[in-house]
Amino acid sequence: ERSNLAGVRHILLVLSGKGGVGKSTISTELALSLRHSGKKVGILDVDLCGPSIPRMFRMQDSDVHQCDSGWVPVFVDQDKSISLMSIGFLLEKPDDAVVWRGPKKNALIKQFVADVAWGDLDFLIVDTPPGTSDEHISTVEALRPYKPLGAILVTTPQAVAVGDVRRELTFCKKTGLRVLGIVENMSGFICPHCSECTNIFSKGGGEELAKYAGVPFLGCVPLDPQLSQSLEEGRDFIQEFPKSSAFSALAQITQQILDGTSQRSS
Amino acid sequence: QVALLDIDICGPSIPKMMGLEGEQVHQSGSGWSPVYVEENLGVMSVGFLLSSPDDAVIWRGPKKNGLIKQFLRDVDWGEIDYLVVDTPPGTSDEHLSVVQYLSAAHIDGAVIITTPQEVSLQDVRKEINFCHKVKLPIIGVVENMSGFICPKCKNESQIFPPTTGGAEKMCENLNVSLLGKVPLDPQIGKSCDKGQSFLSEAPESPATSSYRNIIQRIQEYCDQRHFQEEKII
Repeated sequence: ERSNLAGVRHILLVLSGKGGVGKSTISTELALSLRHSGKKVGILDVDLCGPSIPRMFRMQDSDVHQCDSGWVPVFVDQDKSISLMSIGFLLEKPDDAVVWRGPKKNALIKQFVADVAWGDLDFLIVDTPPGTSDEHISTVEALRPYKPLGAILVTTPQAVAVGDVRRELTFCKKTGLRVLGIVENMSGFICPHCSECTNIFSKGGGEELAKYAGVPFLGCVPLDPQLSQSLEEGRDFIQEFPKSSAFSALAQITQQILDGTSQRSS
Repeated sequence: QVALLDIDICGPSIPKMMGLEGEQVHQSGSGWSPVYVEENLGVMSVGFLLSSPDDAVIWRGPKKNGLIKQFLRDVDWGEIDYLVVDTPPGTSDEHLSVVQYLSAAHIDGAVIITTPQEVSLQDVRKEINFCHKVKLPIIGVVENMSGFICPKCKNESQIFPPTTGGAEKMCENLNVSLLGKVPLDPQIGKSCDKGQSFLSEAPESPATSSYRNIIQRIQEYCDQRHFQEEKII
């Protein structure tokens, strides 16, 4: 019997040691960018306590249906180029808290990895919660047979965030997960009124960490109110704001991922 | 006399923020000694038990719970006025365990932190529900990263836009107190990175007065609760 991940060409995890640095944002924008490059993308949201993905695509009211091979992912639009799975779709009410200990979380993650009928995808992006615990251990274990492409680590520039992401790098090393690179998010803010750049969360920590750890540095994404607004409203930032400050950074990150995959196949 | 307990086992940030990186925990007859920032501020974190900043704590729930229990049982805090517990994001093992283990000690309540945008509020509503579920009183909500004033032109930008009314609307809807809003100030991150007190380094910052007002409201809440408890006794 064909596994539900057999049609998925590349599996990519988005990790961080730290909460609030923008993993779900980067996962979302990466998916949108890849779609604009003509790829079919799925996002598996394994943040069970704080599932952000449904809202970022304005799909928070969607339900999940079953089919013969398992759960049908939620399609974002008619051409089915982006599909999603998240515990957010399984909650009766959006404010319901998922107050589960590790073992129950692990069981659902195993199901999410095995039982979603993704069909054929170019990329499956796995969005994770912060940390190095149950969700991460279970996700990596469940995905191991499918040989993930690797992990993108997201940090903000300041040392306190980088300090946690260093530990996430160790997690990757210990679990044999290849690090595709580090993204330094919320890196600088350009005032829309006067264009002055302020490093609200400092600058450079992500790039330094990449150098120190010998992993690729994928780029700096600045703080961009148009990006935040797009995410709030579940809009396609990549389509709507190509002149925006965050756009080129996100496009470059996507290009590096695509370059990486073409190198791998050749 | 204040104790700060960091139960973020995977991402312990407190040692760095307090300028205590590299410190170790000492054992004595009476248990583990907290690491003191000042005479009246003691800190405990898994960060002090790790030998390198690259060390990852890759533990499942039960092992994390075990350490939290030890932190609460074996640390010799002495007589303290306030025990502040910093938690990781989520509504899972750490949160359930700390509430369970402290149940006999009567937790005054929880301060819940959010940023203004809906993506954050969405998760915070779940955290509020968690508190109701486990009967943890809510002291109130703090809206962090609430607006940024450009140092050059002094215009305000909402970097994390409150598209659904921010913490203010949420608190109204859920009948919890909004303790205050803290604006973005680049000095906050800098001070934390250097392990120095932002309140001392930037006394004139609008963020400092926000913090101080919030802290005052928390102290008033705790004093009132204490007073009410004494009345019952």
